[in-house]
Amino acid sequence: MLAAKAAMLVTVLLAVSFLSFLMLNLLPGCIECQILGPDNLDQEAVDKVRSELRLDDPLPVRYVAWLGDALTGDLGQSYYTQQDVSDAVVQRFPVTLELVLVSMTMALLVSIPLGMATAYRAGGLLDRVVTGATFGMLAIPGFMMALLLIYLFAVELGWFPATGWTRLTEDPGENFRSVFMPALSLAMVNIAVFTRLLRTDMIATLQEDHVLLARSKGLPTWRILLRHALRPSSFSLLTVSALNIGNLLGGAVIIEQLFALPGVGRMLYDAIFQRDLMVVQGVVLVLTAGFVVINVLVDVLYAVLDPRLRTRRLAHG
Amino acid sequence: MADATAATIALDPTAPGSSPLDDAAPAVAAPVGRRKRKKGVVFWLASGWLAFVAFVAVTASWLPLADPKDQDLTNKLAVPGSSGHLLGTDGLGRDILARLAFGARVSLIIAIAAVTIGMVIGGGLGIVVGYLRGRVDAVTMWALNVVLAFPGLVLLLALVAYVGQSLLAITLVVGFLSVPTYARVARATTLTVSQREFVLAARALGARNRRIILSEILPNVVLPVAAFGLVALGVVIVLEGSLAFLGLSVKTPDPTWGSMIAEGRRHLNETTHLSLVPSIVMFLTVLSVNFVGDALRSRFDVRESSL
Repeated sequence: MLAAKAAMLVTVLLAVSFLSFLMLNLLPGCIECQILGPDNLDQEAVDKVRSELRLDDPLPVRYVAWLGDALTGDLGQSYYTQQDVSDAVVQRFPVTLELVLVSMTMALLVSIPLGMATAYRAGGLLDRVVTGATFGMLAIPGFMMALLLIYLFAVELGWFPATGWTRLTEDPGENFRSVFMPALSLAMVNIAVFTRLLRTDMIATLQEDHVLLARSKGLPTWRILLRHALRPSSFSLLTVSALNIGNLLGGAVIIEQLFALPGVGRMLYDAIFQRDLMVVQGVVLVLTAGFVVINVLVDVLYAVLDPRLRTRRLAHG
Repeated sequence: MADATAATIALDPTAPGSSPLDDAAPAVAAPVGRRKRKKGVVFWLASGWLAFVAFVAVTASWLPLADPKDQDLTNKLAVPGSSGHLLGTDGLGRDILARLAFGARVSLIIAIAAVTIGMVIGGGLGIVVGYLRGRVDAVTMWALNVVLAFPGLVLLLALVAYVGQSLLAITLVVGFLSVPTYARVARATTLTVSQREFVLAARALGARNRRIILSEILPNVVLPVAAFGLVALGVVIVLEGSLAFLGLSVKTPDPTWGSMIAEGRRHLNETTHLSLVPSIVMFLTVLSVNFVGDALRSRFDVRESSL
């Protein structure tokens, strides 16, 4: 089952990389003009560039050549900077990854307690206030949140830098200051989404017999919520948050743009505008691979969270 | 689904989880009567706001508004309430109220057209493969997975480079990217509907597939999909704003809500109303769409889990 799904997802990966290769190569404009600049377009130079980049080969041949190299970890070189694409990705991916992970952690840290508390007293005052607030938060897109935070924390209070990035290895404190606002902007919508999801599932779980049993044994509320109710209620949350990591990876572009962070999103954006096909292909491959890996991981995690799934699989061989 | 994570602009207006607006009914007995009445008021307020925005968008040319592209540099960055400019002016002295009204047009056209495209193509596809099942279903779902995994931004930037930054190009891409979501909703609903007795009865009477799909299944799938589409309207409005931040929305100087917010960023150090006023309008609109869509959706009970 898992193997079949993984195989299916790999075919998706291949299809995506081929389609983006095709699409980028069909774009108007000539690659060599962009590389050489408008002033150096003599025939000799153009021919040289075209043969170096194998631009005269048919598209499928070029795709297969690119794919073969990619499988060995060589994603080619940027048309502009001549930098190895793999190096550039390795250099920039950690920024995006940190942004996404910090944002995810923020969202989960807020939404898990909120979801549990609202489910425990569903219909109560806290529940009504939180439900109303999450509805409002769903209507605040990331860029709006980002502007709000920039205004509040950077312009008015001056607590955080409005733009820029300090690497984790350089100065962890500064690094946190540069990741805080972008991550929070991305987290807001997720806080609302996760809280609602967990609340819904938790309300259902709290009506199950094993919770009644735990309660009748006189276990304290926090223990019932944490040990007995949270795990069986976390499936939707797990799926959605995992799939969201995939979305955030690709979707961090705007936030990276707004806060001038040197992540893969911005790299992708710049590369598309410069027609730097190799860079675009490399980033698309990495992002799609991330999507695929996360999808498979979710399935594995299901089995970890729900022992019934494991035995069922065993029973079927 | 979807929110594309809206905020995250994952250009996938339907990313899973985006719209977990579907709350299960509060299981615990809340004072049901009172809650219901309260919800009613909010529902009508939201509908009223949407009607107002739609009205302004349609009649913007005939309303007594300033020209949204008229620059008046001596009067730039006027605060709301200044004489002649009810909501103030932007960095080039253009009237914000007028730009909001004309921007509503762009937002609504993109949102409605993109949702319609996604709904018709995706919904149709979902119904057909959900009814036929088997290999057609498997292949289609695979193809939809490819669309889902495809970084929407690449598609969008590529198309914009090809066709130019037109309303049409943006609408088409956003619509296309949302096809998988509608297809999933429609397919899930079709799978259940086609098990029902009346479908069996129609088949027993010798009805052809086409007839069964059109007159038995379609009427039962349309409402859930449409209710879902309503929520997606808000996602698309947000998406336009996100694109504006990448400089990819409709060409300037045509006003859009997103580009107004994005332009306001440049003046954040001097004054906030440039970003704030359009933000509030966008917020209220998305909020209203969510409320109305959610209220309708809970009636038809489309659950994430059934996708």
